[in-house]
Amino acid sequence: MADKGIYTKREDGRAFTDVRPMTAKVGIVPSADGSASFSTGKTKAIAVVRGPRTLHPQHMQNAQTGILRVSYGMMPFSCGDRIRPGPNRRSEEIGKVTEWALSSVVDLSGFPNTVVDVFVQIPQADAGTRVAGINAAALALAHAGIPMKEMVSAIGVGKIDKTLVVDLDKFEDSEFHDAEGSTDIPIVLTSRTKEIALLQLDGKISVQEFKDVIELGKVACDDILKVQMDALKNAGGKDNE
Amino acid sequence: MSKFVMPNLQKEKIESYANKGKRLDGRKVDEFRDIKVKFDVSKNSASAVEVTYGKTKVFAGVHLALATPYPDSPDQGTFMTSAELHPMASQQFDTGRPGINSVELARVIDRGIRESGFIDMKALCIKEGEKVYQVFVDIFAVNDDGNLMDVAGLAALIALGRARMPIANEDNSKIVGYSETEGIPLNKDVLSFSMTFHKIGDSIVADVSKEEEAVSKFRLTIAMGDNEGKARITAMQKGLAGTISSKDMETILSLAESKWAEMFPKIREDVFG
Repeated sequence: MADKGIYTKREDGRAFTDVRPMTAKVGIVPSADGSASFSTGKTKAIAVVRGPRTLHPQHMQNAQTGILRVSYGMMPFSCGDRIRPGPNRRSEEIGKVTEWALSSVVDLSGFPNTVVDVFVQIPQADAGTRVAGINAAALALAHAGIPMKEMVSAIGVGKIDKTLVVDLDKFEDSEFHDAEGSTDIPIVLTSRTKEIALLQLDGKISVQEFKDVIELGKVACDDILKVQMDALKNAGGKDNE
Repeated sequence: MSKFVMPNLQKEKIESYANKGKRLDGRKVDEFRDIKVKFDVSKNSASAVEVTYGKTKVFAGVHLALATPYPDSPDQGTFMTSAELHPMASQQFDTGRPGINSVELARVIDRGIRESGFIDMKALCIKEGEKVYQVFVDIFAVNDDGNLMDVAGLAALIALGRARMPIANEDNSKIVGYSETEGIPLNKDVLSFSMTFHKIGDSIVADVSKEEEAVSKFRLTIAMGDNEGKARITAMQKGLAGTISSKDMETILSLAESKWAEMFPKIREDVFG
């Protein structure tokens, strides 16, 4: 490449294609039907599944299939500035795009008139909270035994100045403003067919660079899938609280 | 919000047409409806416009107010987008608190404008740390016949492009009117607009009608701006529960690039005059 741009090194020493160290665990909330935690670097997400259960209000019920209902929220103490408790426009939108991403693989046709509630919460945020939340939520759904056509894995890929990077941290996501700035692209991919279940983007990127971003996302999602699968295999193991 | 009820026969008809590259209204799958713009629909604000794509009609207006800057950006104006999907526009819209559709609409449009740096926020600072201009873009859907995302997005852009600077009183405590000649500070070269594509049947369809929207498997909104004569992606948002295959993504990207080249000059003219 002729011009490599000004972002040549990551502060935490990672290679540009490295995901931060990940942990994943299922069964963290005993009273729930399914639950999981997922962390990447300092970003931590927990997800709880309750259902299938009868859906109220009744007019929302679908006689053909159960429905998935996702809520997402950041805990008030998850960031440097206190976050006002309760839903806001950002959290409502993220809940909805998460719901769409998960609905693409979940099959609730065997549970008409029911709802499966997924609650995603972020106790500690260092960028990439929606993708960490989706990784946790997919695990919690699998842990609850909800029928799924495929697993999904989520990753934030981005462009810092001219450099493509995987799994942005807070500095890369929101504090880098020099040259071409920062572009964050959350992606969710299905595990077998590698189709895109979620995609958002804000910034500046050429069509060719965008195609490269998807390829980087595929590689990263394979790593994440492995961590998710290991967590499911360890369900009920002795290191589960 | 109640659901749009689509008879199965109609669904099958729309899908089988799409599979043949055709649509019920006679358009080709990649064809947009006629875009019409009316300026000055309200003289009392910085600007107000009406944009229609076929039968979908959206108003957007801009107001400026005096405000205190946010602590993390003391030398910059502030910006807020809100969208009202009014019950007058559709059977499916209810009164009351904004639902998820209007929240998503407003946030996607807000982000696109904010992140692109279209408004020169620093030039909207009056006194650092104390007083700045606050820009409001208010979107109001009057008739929903599909593709509100693109129509509302374009209406917001044109309203901003045509917005006039406010005139404040002597001690900068109140806005008393709007300038006849001076526009708000904009970075004109970062202008980008959005195009939304839906998967219907086996086809990728542009600028969908309300009926087509109801049978869509997924939608992908792509905003593109100009980078030395070539289209550059500036924002994306996928919606609905379907997944995008690599082949569909290729189709959408090349369609978006060619539609951008076709539409951009006219849209730039509409936004800046």
